[in-house]
Formats: sequence, C-alpha cells, structure tokens
Amino acid sequence: MDAGLDKVDAIWEKEVAIVDGIDISGPWNRMFEQRVVWEYTPELIDKVAALPGAESFSWCYQCAKCVPVCPVDMVGDYGPRKLYRKAQTGVDLFTSDDLWLCTTCMNCVRVCKKVVDMVKIMPAVREQAVLDGFVPEELQKAFEDTAKYGNPLGQSQRKRAAWTKKSDVPVPIMKDLKRPVDVLWYVGSYPSYHPRGIDAALAAARIFHALGVDYGILGREEKDDGDSQRLAGETGLFEMLAEHNISMFEKYEWNLMVVTGPHEYNAFKKEYKQRFGFDRPIQHYTQFLADRLDDLKPLLKHEVPLKVTFHDPCYLGRHHGEYDAPRALLQAIPGLELIEMGRCRENGYCCGGGGGGMWLDSFTQNHTVMRLSERRVLEAAAYGAEVLAVACPFEVSRFEDAAKSTGNDQLRVLDILELLDMSMRGVSA
Amino acid sequence: MNIVVAIKHVPSTADELELNDDGTNLDFDEVDFVLNEFDEHAIEQAVLVKEAAGGEVTVVGVDVIEELDGVLHTALAKGADKAAKIVGDIEPPINSHTHARWLADAIGEMGPDLVLTGVQAVDDLDGQIGPMLAAHLDMPYVGVVTGVSASNGSVTVHKEYPGGVMAEFEVSLPAVIGVQAAEKPPRYAPISKIRQMAKSAEIEEIDADEDFEYEGCELRQMAKPVSAGHAEMLEGDAEEVAEKIIALLEDRGLL
Repeated sequence: MDAGLDKVDAIWEKEVAIVDGIDISGPWNRMFEQRVVWEYTPELIDKVAALPGAESFSWCYQCAKCVPVCPVDMVGDYGPRKLYRKAQTGVDLFTSDDLWLCTTCMNCVRVCKKVVDMVKIMPAVREQAVLDGFVPEELQKAFEDTAKYGNPLGQSQRKRAAWTKKSDVPVPIMKDLKRPVDVLWYVGSYPSYHPRGIDAALAAARIFHALGVDYGILGREEKDDGDSQRLAGETGLFEMLAEHNISMFEKYEWNLMVVTGPHEYNAFKKEYKQRFGFDRPIQHYTQFLADRLDDLKPLLKHEVPLKVTFHDPCYLGRHHGEYDAPRALLQAIPGLELIEMGRCRENGYCCGGGGGGMWLDSFTQNHTVMRLSERRVLEAAAYGAEVLAVACPFEVSRFEDAAKSTGNDQLRVLDILELLDMSMRGVSA
Repeated sequence: MNIVVAIKHVPSTADELELNDDGTNLDFDEVDFVLNEFDEHAIEQAVLVKEAAGGEVTVVGVDVIEELDGVLHTALAKGADKAAKIVGDIEPPINSHTHARWLADAIGEMGPDLVLTGVQAVDDLDGQIGPMLAAHLDMPYVGVVTGVSASNGSVTVHKEYPGGVMAEFEVSLPAVIGVQAAEKPPRYAPISKIRQMAKSAEIEEIDADEDFEYEGCELRQMAKPVSAGHAEMLEGDAEEVAEKIIALLEDRGLL
C-alpha cells in the first residue's frame, strides 16, 4: 500500500481525550490521534536552523512561492520549500546532493514572505559539510586550486598579469607605477586567465585608456575575491583571500575601486566590509562607465546594428539592485537594439555559475535535465536575439558553451565591455 | 602502527618553467613549489590505514625552499598526527640520492612499521626515492601500489602492472611502499583547519647531514623541447581524405 495512504488510515478519532488533566471526552470535541504532519521529526530542520546564519530555515511555512521562481527547479526538481519538506521526512541536508544545487541567486528570498534566506543558509550548511569531509570532487579541485594558486582556474599566480602583454594600450600595474591613482581596477580571476574573460579585460583597458582614466591594476598582487568559494562552504579560504586582498588594497593610494565582476562587487562591498571593516568606494564597471556616459558617448562612433538582449547578473541585479547602468550603456551604443527577455531585472534567470555552481557542472548535470545556462540561451534565442549581452565574467564561457550545446551557434555572447569596444573601434560585428 | 610518509616539495608545473642562466636546471627563483601529487596520495593512504587499523602518522620532508610548513600543516589537517622537516643550509636542486639519504636518516630514528611515499615525483620522474629509502632502511619495497590494508604484522598491497594486470602482495613489516594512487581520492583539508594547525601545531626540525655528498651522475644540461615536426591537416570530404591517407601510407611504404 502507498505509504501516504497507510498513514491516513492510521488516524483515529480519540474515544478518550484528557487535556491538562481535564477529561474532555465526548463526540462534540473531535480530538484526533496525532495527525500525519506530527509524525515527522523536526530534528533535521532544527539541525540546519541551529547553525549561525541558518536560523531562518525553520521559518518556512510551505507556501511554495519560492519554487516557481527557483532557476534550478525550472530544469530539475528542487526549491527551498522542498528542502524543508524533505528535512521533515528524514532527508539530512548536510549529506544530501540538494545541498550543492543552490546558486544563491536570491530569487527565492525576493518572494519569500517569511524571509527564509537561502543565501545565508546554504553557506552555513555547506561550511559544516566541508568541515565534515563532504565536498563534491569538482568543487574540491576549485578550492584546492584557489588555495594553491590564488585563482580557481589553477593557473600560476605569477601569470596573473600576463594578459596585459596582449593589450595594445598600456595597462599600468600599481607596483611599477609607484604613485597614487584615481581608480584601482580589480580585474578578477576569469578576466585575468580565461581566454574569453581576457577579451573583456582587453576591451576594458581600451575603454579606460580612451576615457583617460587614471588607473592601475594589482597584477600579481591580486588574488581571487573568494566570495563564491565562501558561498560554496569554504569560509576559511575566503578569509585567507580577503586578508591578502585587503592588505594589497591598503598598500596603495586610490580613490575608487572598479571591479569587472558582480561577485567581486558583492565580496568587497558587502562581505569584506561586514567581516573585515573594509569600507571604501567601489563600483561595478557598468556603474563606473554609466556615470561617465557623457564622455563615453562621443567615443561610441560606430554602429553596432545588432539585436541584443541582456542577462542580469544575479549579484549585480537582485543582490545589489543595479539594473539600469548596464542597460544605459547598451542603449548608448548606436544602432544597437535592446530587447528584454521575459525573465529580466528582478526576476532575471540565473546562469548557474553563482554560489559555487561554476565548479559543480558535472555534479549539477546529474540532477537537472539541462544546464541553467542552456535554459537561458534557449530563452534568448526564442526572443530572436542575435547577441546575449553579459556583465559578469562567469557568464561568457557558460553561455557560449550553452549556445553551442543547444545548437544555437547563431547567438553570440558578448560582455558589454566588448560591445562598447566594438562601437568605439568600428570592429565589425 | 607507526606510519611514516616521506614527501617531496617539487616545482609547480602550473608555472611557466624558466631555465637558469647556465642551462643546467630550472631557475628556482622563478617557480613556486607544491607537494608532489603522488605524495598527496601517500598521505591519504596513510590516513586511511590509520583509520582502519589504528596507529599514528608522521609526515616528513626536506624543506627545500623553506616553505614546507604549509604542506605539513595541510597534512596535519587531513589527519596526520605529527610533522617533521629536514632543515639546514639547503638550496634546490636536491637530487634523489641526497633526498633519500636525508629522509632515511630521519625515518630510521622514528622506528616506523610502515613507510609510504609517492611512487615518483614530477621533478625528476626517476621513481627512486622509495627503493633507495628501502635500501637505506633495509626494508622490503613494493612500488606502483594502489591500495594498502594492514593486518597483524604485515600489509596487503595492490600493485598495478601494465596492461591492466593487478597483483596482490603480502609484505612483512617494516616495509616501504611506493604509492601510485590511494584507495580513495585525497580528501579535502578545509582552510580553517589548516590555519588552525598553522597556529597550534609543532613541526619537528631535523638537521640534514650536509656532509653527505652524492657523486653519481651530474645533470649537465636541461633544455626545453624543440618541436621537430608539425602536424599536417588533411582537407576535403571523407572520400578525399581517405584517398590522401592511402596515398600517404603508400608513399611511406606501409601499404
């Protein structure tokens, strides 16, 4: 017999009911034996909620608003509400594969009436899992590489500034400059090492140069921000990197920090500030350039006649409320037609790379019918976009691979920096 | 069981390897050092044996560039109990013979039941540390091992032969084992645990016998490989490419 029905059969009306010592037996009171919901244990929920930061897990009242907005549920069977329900029925989140599927995109928190905060719950539980030795192999490699080499790609720390040799404009490095600068540009790991990330970094260098920005980069003194590793459960690694980076930030004089990636933006603006008191002006490059649109516009001389749609990075949009700066930049490009996808802005879809997802591709594959990035690329293609524009270094490679794997080779994936650079230089699309 | 793991700090191949000015070795100032990958497996295997059969694991290595502490803290965070480093006026490169001599001197003092080490290391690929340790310590040696289990007074080891042939040895103790791969992938050491070890752990320092001098072979020249040829891409559809392949094979007298 079906287990659920079995339990329903086991509910009996009580013939005798005594509450607080008072006999209230009788046909009028309808006292039941414990009902199904009481037969489940709250222990596994309490186990999660006992962790600092994960208290809100127990506030869930199963309304399920989080499930339809969860990008993972769209390609699989997941969702914060389900985690709570599974815990009731005996699934231990600490050892469950579910633990590694959340990308911390924050769309559930946006709609949750009880503010069950998965962005805090997940890192707390994952940290304990990592300490207990439960860590998926691919993720372990990214952790080890980050610890050894200062970047999750496993590239040499000594080669962090090697990309600058490909630049046709000078890229000043703070150590050599030996003077204060206006802007400290934190380049980030993927723009420093990943071939497609380097394309964006080179474009940024040309744009900064054309705008006459007085800037410098840290080069070999820069290490990964560590925030995605923290969200994936490696708090110690995050702290080690934060201590290093902050000591480098403080070594030089500068007025404003500009970061290429939204994850770095979140790391420095929120986490480094809250945990280490690092409190300096920081902008994502889209904000920095949008503030300088009057100077930038005259440089955008060439038409880029493309139908472009924009993917809001979770950590720029939902996490920090910046939806307009990237769009202002795209709209400033002559000839470019910006179209919006259904899932945009506050309800933007997730590329799957956040919260450690960048390093859990095969693991997640086993639990989803397609990659999140593939789902997003299908959406962009359905809207007839020729270009999927991005503003996060995780996304270029993810979406390019997804465009190929879903047979949408016609869809190009370009960082906003690359589109601006195309308009500036007149490089044909 | 008293288990000792002999490890080696080796140049990182993630770096662009630069040669020194006289072309006799790497420029060791321009390269980072990492733990030899096979030694990571030796450490994991040692901790697995300890977990299964009880005992104590000591990890020991030569502090080639005075940066071995991080490696030893990581080993302690993974479950090793003690760590030791061999110190002195040491400059890289240290050849296998010297390495083995110093390690054997240190390990001999520790009275081990079982010595594990990586079957080879990426720096010289000669796989000699294990056999030389065994010779110095007068113990049996089995190399290219992919699993170790301990029982009373002996260990059973799995050894891999070419062609997918596997063998099982029973080795009387004490013995030296060259580990190709641990039974399980090396576990992860959370950074918080490593940093805790860095604060609390004590690393024993053992003086290297600097008078020992190896006079065997000398590395005369090291050079980057020069590409001797290039690949030829055959263009065309399947039929055309097939014809070209046949023509090529005929041309070389292979058909």
